Amino acid sequence: MAFLDFRGGSGRVQIVSKRRATCGRHSWSPRVGACVLRTHLVRKRALLGGSNKPRLHVGSRAMEGAMQTESKIRADSRTEPGPRGPGCSLRHFACEQNLLSRPDGSASFLQGDTSVLAGVYGPAEVKISKEIFNKATLEVILRPKTGLPGVAEKSRERLIRNTCEAVVLGALHPRTSITVVLQVVSDAGSLLACCLNAACMALVDAGVPMRALFCGVTCALDSDGTLMLDPTAKQEKEARAVLTFALDSVERKLLMSTTKGLYSDAELQQCLAAAQTASTHVFRFYRESLQRRYSKS
Amino acid sequence: MRETTLTSSTSTLVHTTLPSTYQVVQSVLKVLKRNSSAGRRGGDTQAQARAQAQIRGRKMAAGFKTVEPLEYYRRFLEFGAPPTDAPDKGYVVPNVDLSPLCSWRFRSGPPGEEAQVASQFIADVIENSQIIQKEDLCISSGKLAWVLYCDLICLNHDGNILDACTFALLAALKNVQLPEVTINEETALAEVNLKKKSYLNIRTHPVATSFAVFDDTLLIVDPTEEEEHLATGTLTVVMDEEGKLCCLHKPGGSGLTGAKLQDCMSRAVTRHKEVKKLMDEVFKSMKPK
Repeated sequence: MAFLDFRGGSGRVQIVSKRRATCGRHSWSPRVGACVLRTHLVRKRALLGGSNKPRLHVGSRAMEGAMQTESKIRADSRTEPGPRGPGCSLRHFACEQNLLSRPDGSASFLQGDTSVLAGVYGPAEVKISKEIFNKATLEVILRPKTGLPGVAEKSRERLIRNTCEAVVLGALHPRTSITVVLQVVSDAGSLLACCLNAACMALVDAGVPMRALFCGVTCALDSDGTLMLDPTAKQEKEARAVLTFALDSVERKLLMSTTKGLYSDAELQQCLAAAQTASTHVFRFYRESLQRRYSKS
Repeated sequence: MRETTLTSSTSTLVHTTLPSTYQVVQSVLKVLKRNSSAGRRGGDTQAQARAQAQIRGRKMAAGFKTVEPLEYYRRFLEFGAPPTDAPDKGYVVPNVDLSPLCSWRFRSGPPGEEAQVASQFIADVIENSQIIQKEDLCISSGKLAWVLYCDLICLNHDGNILDACTFALLAALKNVQLPEVTINEETALAEVNLKKKSYLNIRTHPVATSFAVFDDTLLIVDPTEEEEHLATGTLTVVMDEEGKLCCLHKPGGSGLTGAKLQDCMSRAVTRHKEVKKLMDEVFKSMKPK
């Protein structure tokens, strides 16, 4: 029984109908009515903090053009005083949990057009060569969309694995293995962040004990210093620097960071602050999504 | 010596005795003489430049190989064709080799995870910091370009591999001399003039600084293997001379606040100055040859 939850932007009517169709196909359980689609008209307050205009901060595909101009306008008006972080919106995200029957936990996370499917097996039996006497062995396998996994995938696997190791309470399950398998379904920018989010949701779905949740946020800096959160593939290519952060939910500390390109120290702090603000929205989405799921069953 | 022998009592030892002050790094850079046996017939591809970096017990050797056309092998394709999406760029291919020689943890065979991650890190550093312009490696647009294979061989692993790799890479790149290549219009073959060589144009000098994080509070610069093993997280900052960051590599581990990050940045800046000074000294003493 799959549980679907999403937060949509202005194009949500289209999205709702697509989702309904999908849901109808998959939900073969008697509790069809439980496959609830909540549509929110989310008008979040501007991340900029000072603006009074209610803005739609979750753009949809149709609004992408508008989003670009929005960010440019914001950049121009950066001279306004006040504690404002460089603003930009996250693309719309959706999450589906428990969609696979074999893994102990599974989740599919969508960010704009980027989609990653995650499955978690564990705690399960571990090979003697890999067992650790006092905690669980965490393993992450990342499969790219096309081709064989290469060195870049290995590097990403290590990043995701170390992030998960920092939050998963491995000491509660010694001599076991927890395997997270990630499959890239489509890549339209911010892939690593999407993988992290999917992994977190899948770990929650599997019931693996964790000390905090974590989320991934990507920032891109273009040549004139404008900051963009959650960039698309095109924006990433044109950017001067792309920074991906993993933040934890308790104190918004930096768990993982990987960057590409050149940038200054001040820009790093700026991106980190923006990422911390954006992560609040992601964590709120996690919380509401899980609340809704468990309130029905 | 297995992982299981490191008990929690060792980790408490770490907490009580290690100070959180900046640990001075003694780095010794020895630049070896370029191997001048290029004219040997039948010989293998010769290393064009070698550099050995030693940091507090960790030794890394970097060698550069460019496929040299010796008389014997003239018929084979000595250079590479540039990639189709960037016809005027050459290749720089790094490879980090962690063999059983350097530590008991590694087995012989295909590269393990740590070696692959380190290779990817070096590739990222080369690309992000723009240490050399790939356009400089192009001989003829769309047809011929140099392929620089950079092999970083670890001789002794005592932690902090990424820093040592970056130093060795930089030192070796500064030592590379590429011979002049002209394309003969009649035969359309490349002709290499081994007598006329020129150094690569190094644009920036990225220097890596690694930290080991203990329980979100203690930060140790340049950790040894034991410290790395006990640490709850690591952080590597690669900075170039203008204070621009090429790479902030924090592969998971315990969280860090923004203030602690700031601290790390300032130490990275200090470290960069020291290393640059040392490297300049070494190269100045080496130049008249």
